[in-house]
Amino acid sequence: MQVNEFKPKIVAFCCNWCSYAGADLAGTNRLNYPADVKIIRVPCSCRVNPLFVLRAFQRGADGVIICGCHPGDCHYTTGNYYARRRMTLLFSMLDYLGIEKERTRVEWVSAAEGAKFAATMNDFVATVTKLGENKRLEDLRCKK
Amino acid sequence: MQEVMKNKAKELLASGEVRAVIGWKKGEFCYDITPAVFTNAEEIDNGFIYDDFCGANLSKYLIKEAHKDGKVLVFLKPCDTYSFNQLLSEHRINREKVYVVGVSCDGKVDIEKIKRTVGDGIIALSSDGDKISVETLYDKYEINRADALAERCVNCKSKKHVAYDELLGDEGEVLDSKRFDEVEMIENMTADERFEFWRNELSRCIRCNACRNVCPACSCEKCIFDNDNSGYVNKAPVTSFEENMFHIIRAFHVAGRCTDCGECSRVCPQGIPLHLLNRKFIKDINTLYGDYQAGEDPEARGPLTSYTEKDPEPSVVTDKE
Ligand code: SF4
Ligand code: SF4
Ligand code: SF4
Ligand code: FES
Repeated sequence: MQVNEFKPKIVAFCCNWCSYAGADLAGTNRLNYPADVKIIRVPCSCRVNPLFVLRAFQRGADGVIICGCHPGDCHYTTGNYYARRRMTLLFSMLDYLGIEKERTRVEWVSAAEGAKFAATMNDFVATVTKLGENKRLEDLRCKK
Repeated sequence: MQEVMKNKAKELLASGEVRAVIGWKKGEFCYDITPAVFTNAEEIDNGFIYDDFCGANLSKYLIKEAHKDGKVLVFLKPCDTYSFNQLLSEHRINREKVYVVGVSCDGKVDIEKIKRTVGDGIIALSSDGDKISVETLYDKYEINRADALAERCVNCKSKKHVAYDELLGDEGEVLDSKRFDEVEMIENMTADERFEFWRNELSRCIRCNACRNVCPACSCEKCIFDNDNSGYVNKAPVTSFEENMFHIIRAFHVAGRCTDCGECSRVCPQGIPLHLLNRKFIKDINTLYGDYQAGEDPEARGPLTSYTEKDPEPSVVTDKE
């Protein structure tokens, strides 16, 4: 008998200058993280419009994580400071609406932190796996 | 008060100081007072009204009116002056073209609250101080004015006019309002209860867009909700996702700019407590980034267009118990 194990779909928005390079490094160092993490490269963490996060959930993501340069290290100097406020408020609102806050996360990962990238993703995937499928912010019209 | 205002309007029109007056006039029923533009003394004599039902915030009408030639007079209640300031700081209104007359306010009445007691068929209303007398097709009633006040007036944040050229009535003060109590109550529920609570509220939304149209902060020339290709303009095939999405985005777009004027909740035909979404953002901003009242100071930098290096990390939300 085959048991269908739940594998969460994770969308990771990674800024071009730090976190995407961090993900690359994780790859070249052959560090493992689940293949269910789909990386979307953005120029800067502050490019992530709150709508992107909702859209990802709509299209079937079970968790959304945003990765950027460490505060103070943004390629555009201040982008991640704005992203930090925006995402904090958005996540708080999702929580207020009763949507599991554990499905959202922001993590700062530099280009040298391949190991941190892999560890972060493993941890996030584990958290979302425990939560199960995203039911509260899914769009049935998008279900195949 | 109404007579003083009419005289002021006629005086400024006659002197040529202003070209038009933005005020309120009677709608179809005695309680549905609507915003109106007056251009001569006759119109003012026949139509101008200032009473318990002048809830409408007139500041948004200035965006269009103040782009025309000449000056306009606008009457603003204390809460409306915050919206006015906010619009100034967003460069939506040309200050030179507006003559603001601040009018004092002792709270506006919510007709829905009256209807809950007297039912339908209201034909006449009059208020004297603490009591409101209501006449319906079937009976006569007397109601305590305090019981009929709109939610935003019960929890009024300020009776102070933060912008005016002239003031009719007394200068009020910033009040110690209990407006965040209900937000706190919701925060204290479990996630499941919160989800149920909001499903129950938001699933009633008919996507009439009234809350967006009335909001002074929601004045984008091109609104994302008007995009036919977005897949969320039409209520028929809607799912719970779309309802959540609309409300999160609407509230998020005004976060940091919403003055809590209460117009969105006032106009919602479905009685959805939209202020509880807006106030959540205001409350979060106050606790995380320091007290901020949008519209208080038109020169101030908004909380979402500024930052400090010591801002808390998003993990204060995602990791909280
Ligand atoms: S919902 Fe957003 S895009 Fe639409 S008018 Fe309001 S602020 Fe502008
Ligand atoms: S969101 Fe509602 S309370 Fe806030 S400014 Fe707009 S209409 Fe006023
Ligand atoms: S006014 Fe009420 S019913 Fe209309 S779109 Fe807004 S929340 Fe929905
Ligand atoms: S470029 Fe990496 S966060 Fe701005």
